[in-house]
Amino acid sequence: MSRNGPFALLFHALVVLFMLAPLAVVCLVAFTPENTLSLPTTHFSLRWFEAVFERADFIDAFYNSLILAFCAASLATLIAVPAALAITRHEFPGKGFFNGLFLSPIIIPHLVLGVALLRLFALMGVNGSFGWLIFAHVLVITPYVLRLVLASAIGLDRSAEHAAQSLGAGRFTLFRQITLPMILPGVAGGWLLAFINSFDEVTLSIFVTSPATQTLPVRMYVYATESIDPMMAAVSALVIALTAVTMILLDRVYGLDRVLVGKQ
Amino acid sequence: MSLLANLRQGRHGYLLSAPALILYFALLIVPLALTFVLSFNVFDYGTGIQANAYTTEHYRSLLSDPYFYEIFLRTLWISALTTLLCVLIGVPEAYILSRMGTPWRSIFLILILTPLLISVVVRAFGWSLLLGADGLVNQVLQALGGSPMKLLYTPFAVVIALVHVMLPFMIIPVWTSLQKLDPAAEHAALSLGASHFTVMRQVILPQVMPGVLSGTLIVFGLAASSFAIPGLLGGRRLKMVATLIYDQYLSELNWPMGAAIAVALLLLNLAIMLSWNRMIEGRYKKSLG
Repeated sequence: MSRNGPFALLFHALVVLFMLAPLAVVCLVAFTPENTLSLPTTHFSLRWFEAVFERADFIDAFYNSLILAFCAASLATLIAVPAALAITRHEFPGKGFFNGLFLSPIIIPHLVLGVALLRLFALMGVNGSFGWLIFAHVLVITPYVLRLVLASAIGLDRSAEHAAQSLGAGRFTLFRQITLPMILPGVAGGWLLAFINSFDEVTLSIFVTSPATQTLPVRMYVYATESIDPMMAAVSALVIALTAVTMILLDRVYGLDRVLVGKQ
Repeated sequence: MSLLANLRQGRHGYLLSAPALILYFALLIVPLALTFVLSFNVFDYGTGIQANAYTTEHYRSLLSDPYFYEIFLRTLWISALTTLLCVLIGVPEAYILSRMGTPWRSIFLILILTPLLISVVVRAFGWSLLLGADGLVNQVLQALGGSPMKLLYTPFAVVIALVHVMLPFMIIPVWTSLQKLDPAAEHAALSLGASHFTVMRQVILPQVMPGVLSGTLIVFGLAASSFAIPGLLGGRRLKMVATLIYDQYLSELNWPMGAAIAVALLLLNLAIMLSWNRMIEGRYKKSLG
């Protein structure tokens, strides 16, 4: 393999700088002792992090997002795993259509899904309900779980399953003892990816949340359109930290490079 | 086998996909159909949506009102420019990454792609810090003896932040097609006396084209429907289609008009995806014989 020349490496350094600069700046400004959006020059201060914890609206929004992401990712997994098994190991008319339908929320703009669900929820009189918000999120994150579970269920060696079956294992035992352990990296990775996507979702949520069910990204979006102060940087830094922890977990259970660029 | 027998044999398949099917029917197909109907409902600012009166007025004003026209045109050129910049940055970067040695390659790949998983609101906020009136970019400009520029709330800020958000979506498919590349072809061309430029143009580029084209498609589609970036970095005056729909729904409360714009956006997205897909398929059938 040939090596990169100096120009290539300079280009690469600029791209990396471009990708990381906005995140680095957010994390630095979060520690500013000043009242303005400035980089800390003399010393670091935690005053803006303290300010975040005094804002009940942000704390509530954070818990809303956490509960929402947890419930939505779990429900999406419960829905995606059987669907993935149906697609990989059963032949039935309409299978190709089902597969396309289940992955379609990835290519439909979240904004269009948001206004469509707003209409449905308004007609049902349930707009702003937390339960329906969970289902709205399940819809947009199911494709992510489905993709990862499909990838781990395709090309699975089925001899262990046949052996268990011929020894008289029931359907449920077969799934719990043989199939699930084999697809577990895909299931756990899918759950985490779904969790991150639900936790970050803003475009759809902004249409179907009420002030009481506002999620953290929606709260942040609304706050940022009204005013910007270093507290916003502190919240953002906390979100970056939480995402980083989830990403490390994702890397451990499934491999971050496999999630991002597919199987290697 | 008859269809009936097929259906009976596939009953486990249907049973297992039933939860997903119910969810997608209730929360995807029904709401999209309702929105399509809504876009034809008559709207009156005094009394609201007229449930049983239908009109094509919203679609007609979409085509004739210069206000809407201008926003659609702006969305198109901003998305096109974003896509072009993602190609110009993402393709060489994916190539450079693929030529790196082992620990660095995966470290930088993850470093460049993980911003994908961080909330877009956080990333937009980061750019507003960098591009603000006394942000880092302007401070550097002043230190170099230049005068500060208005960067935030301009198309420039929106394009820069969109490129930042979309670049991973370009690098991923290009990277994937570079992985399938056989290094022997490159070596063969070089040993036969081809220059690096010729190798690039004749050997590498044609093989990564499918990746570039599918990246272009994803980036354009996502940029054209992006909401948080123009909402936070474009300000109140610089509207794009997504922020226009938001205004129609939540400030004007003219849901039928908003629905018509949303339907237009969805159809435009699907049309571009399908025609592009067909074009790529046609081209590759031809070139691969």
